[in-house]
Amino acid sequence: MVSLTWGLLLISIGVVIVISLLVLGSVVVRGRRAAIATVPVERGASGLRWLWIGVGVSSIPLVVALVWTVSVLAAVSRPAGKPAVLIEITAAQWWWKARYLDPNPSRIFTTANEIHIPTGQPVQIRLRSADVIHSFWVPSLGGKTDTIPGQTNLTWLQADVPGTYRGQCTEFCGWQHAHMGLLVVAEAPAEFRLWEAAQIRPAPAPASPQIASGQDTFEYRCGACHTVRGSKAGGSVAPDLTHLMSRTTLAAATLPHTIGSLSGWIANPQAIKPGARMPAMEVSGPELERIRTYLQTLK
Amino acid sequence: MVTASAERVPRVASQADVSASELDEIWKTKPGITGWLSTVDHKKIGLRYIVTAFAFLLLGGLEALVMRVQLAQPDQRWLTPEQYNQLYSTHGMTMIFLYAMPILSGFSNYLWPLILGARDMAFPRLNALSYWIYLAAGLFMYAGFAIGAGPNDGWFNYVPLASRTYNPGMNEDFYALGMIFLGVSTTVGAVNFIVTFLRTRAPGMSINRVPILTWGTLTASVANVLVVPAVSLTFFLLWMDRQIGTHFFDVSQGGQPLLWQHLFWMFGHPWVYAIVLPAMGMVSDGLPVFCRRPLVGYAPVALSTVATMMLGFGVWVHHMFATGLPNLALSFFSGASIIITVPSAVAVFAWTATIWLGRPVITTAFLYFASMIVLFTIGGVSGFMTASVPVDWQLTDTYFVVAHIHYVLIGINVFPVIGGLYLWFPKMTGRMLNERLGLWNFWITFIGFNLTFLPMHLTGLRGMPRRIYTYPPGMGWDELNLITTAGSFLLALGILLLLINVVRSLRNGAVAGPNPWDAGTLEWATPSPPPPYNFRVIPQVASRHPLWESRLQETDERSFVDYGMVLDHGRETAGTTPLDGEPDIILKMPEDSYAPFLVAVAASAGFCGLLLHVWWLAGAGLLGVALALVVWLWPERKLGQRVGLQHV
Repeated sequence: MVSLTWGLLLISIGVVIVISLLVLGSVVVRGRRAAIATVPVERGASGLRWLWIGVGVSSIPLVVALVWTVSVLAAVSRPAGKPAVLIEITAAQWWWKARYLDPNPSRIFTTANEIHIPTGQPVQIRLRSADVIHSFWVPSLGGKTDTIPGQTNLTWLQADVPGTYRGQCTEFCGWQHAHMGLLVVAEAPAEFRLWEAAQIRPAPAPASPQIASGQDTFEYRCGACHTVRGSKAGGSVAPDLTHLMSRTTLAAATLPHTIGSLSGWIANPQAIKPGARMPAMEVSGPELERIRTYLQTLK
Repeated sequence: MVTASAERVPRVASQADVSASELDEIWKTKPGITGWLSTVDHKKIGLRYIVTAFAFLLLGGLEALVMRVQLAQPDQRWLTPEQYNQLYSTHGMTMIFLYAMPILSGFSNYLWPLILGARDMAFPRLNALSYWIYLAAGLFMYAGFAIGAGPNDGWFNYVPLASRTYNPGMNEDFYALGMIFLGVSTTVGAVNFIVTFLRTRAPGMSINRVPILTWGTLTASVANVLVVPAVSLTFFLLWMDRQIGTHFFDVSQGGQPLLWQHLFWMFGHPWVYAIVLPAMGMVSDGLPVFCRRPLVGYAPVALSTVATMMLGFGVWVHHMFATGLPNLALSFFSGASIIITVPSAVAVFAWTATIWLGRPVITTAFLYFASMIVLFTIGGVSGFMTASVPVDWQLTDTYFVVAHIHYVLIGINVFPVIGGLYLWFPKMTGRMLNERLGLWNFWITFIGFNLTFLPMHLTGLRGMPRRIYTYPPGMGWDELNLITTAGSFLLALGILLLLINVVRSLRNGAVAGPNPWDAGTLEWATPSPPPPYNFRVIPQVASRHPLWESRLQETDERSFVDYGMVLDHGRETAGTTPLDGEPDIILKMPEDSYAPFLVAVAASAGFCGLLLHVWWLAGAGLLGVALALVVWLWPERKLGQRVGLQHV
């Protein structure tokens, strides 16, 4: 598909150069500054022959492009082999829910805004929307596909080179459309399996009274919207935070994952993403401290 | 309504034997506010369209400049997301609906009767109505923006984001109702153009002798008659979902978001051809003037105009390639979208050949017409790239598409329009635009435009999505955005120079005679500006270039502008047959009337009532429209509408 893009781009640039030279040439070679009434009116040569030659020649790249397009379309529409991983991604205003599916229900887990995939293997993605139309796009790994409420679209990715690939919503979806990114981390299959196993595990029980107190505060202040498996927090309208510490960014790839950003986000998300569905929680200093202590155990 | 009168065979005379002052008395508009509200003169209406459309162009341009300030650097928070969303949506709405079509309607309205050899459009009062409703609808839509409730979901406002659940304010109601309102203007205008083309051409102006501008506007009008009512209905469905509780697009009750996209784009794609084909016609008629020869390939160009529009009805899904539709459907639309390039290539090569095989005289108008060929090609190839489905899956909804749309819209609409202004300003005002200032205007506009939009192709290839109020640093977008912003201000300067040229030339421009460009078509046979009745006698036409016949020496037949039918028993023009232009009937034309203005006022009240849920006002508006229409359509003896029973 990359070479189709390059191919059409080169054809396009070629056409622009040829036509520009023809037009520029005609003006420079034939043009004159004169009082218009002094330049005689004459029908001149018919020119039709040139018109048909031009149209005929320019039709050739069109036909080539058409045939090439249809064959690439067929090739990229289906994964190269049987998908190794199946992820159901639900887009919402303004974050991405990712649910890793598995025939064994105990291996199903949910995460948000950062997905890991094994290198060298196709990954199938089911796309849904919780509210309006969004579009799932990881430019380096493939084309975009819209997420449309009321239907499930299918796409697939394959990363051959390990690395972190950034994606972004590409269908206008409201106020924070600009800040709805996601990360795709491609790693060797063995590392992927380790990550997967860690994600499947629920959050550990609090190891100290401070952490237990933090968990209580978290459940009380955050649990209506967020889920942390292994605690009483079971809200489903916001990102799953069970392994929050394993993510390199926050707020849908908007903030780097640091203590400062996390605190700032919890204290006032509206200052960072005005209109975000997470209200300014008006947590007090001690509350914020307790919540942070707990969140830092969610590795 | 104009009806036939077969009472007499008109006398044929030389124009010296016809009293100009009598004709002037018959046709002139009354002075003052009375005339201003009641005129049906196509020239006055055309000029109003042009001035109003330019005003909207400037507003839309200012909106763009504000956005470009925000986007010049990453992570700017000067504009809130809501402000940005209203700006980009209003910018799109303004440029596409309140500038691009009306400017072409304005030029066409002004020029058509003159270039066709008629005294007015077929339906002069309907013409006035189309302007008043355009003005009213534009003000209606901007009222929302003015109170902070402007459209905020883009110009193609997808559901569910446009539904009341996600957009509870009045923004989308202003837009939906405003579009329905505006659609009335476009539709009646289109009907007027079609009938004018078929019935009011000068005797002898057979269908293969009409200027290409009329082919362009005719094609656009036929398309508009089909698609504009359809989109008005679509917007009405949205309004009903939002305000009355229907569920056309509501997923929870079995509605479909994709239904909106199909309905909208079935209109939207033909629309974008409607807003460029008349402008292409202006190039096809303007280049020959400055190249001192007829257009190369008149028939292929006329046919390719129609072919482009017909194909344009079959490509709408290319706006929906990423929505998950099946490959077979996508392939069909991809193929059609690639093939539609072919008729466009006909025009590009016809224009280029006309320059090569002519003796081009370089004037500002010529530069605008010649440069648009290059801009057209750039816009065309970026469209060709996005026509390929897999490539579109990368490029759609990125700045690559923004680059594409601005190359096609500014390159194929604005540049020809400015060229047309330089060409026809002398005819409209009796003064020439200044050529020296014109050259500055052209170069700064051309460079500014390309500096703004050429980098956008790269910005899109590097992955910057559309419609984002800010972007993170370090994505490879920073410098490109800064260059684009700089270019946009240069472009604005270029447009400012155009304005200055217009204002100064209106007062101090060199006086223009009837035919300052020594051009060949009928409009140049009238004084500059033309009298209210256009032609003292109805011209008789024998070729495509009546004023060039003696020099082209291609036929022994000659056109006559100073000798023809005298139609001076009241307001009259000649009705001719659609294909051959044989004179067949005298068409009686209406006097000035307040009815169109009153219909527009009543309709405005009606739409305000719908917007505010003040149902009695909506009803009163409807009643007012009905009453004004009754007065308007009441049969009049003067128009030959009360013919007594004739015994055969």
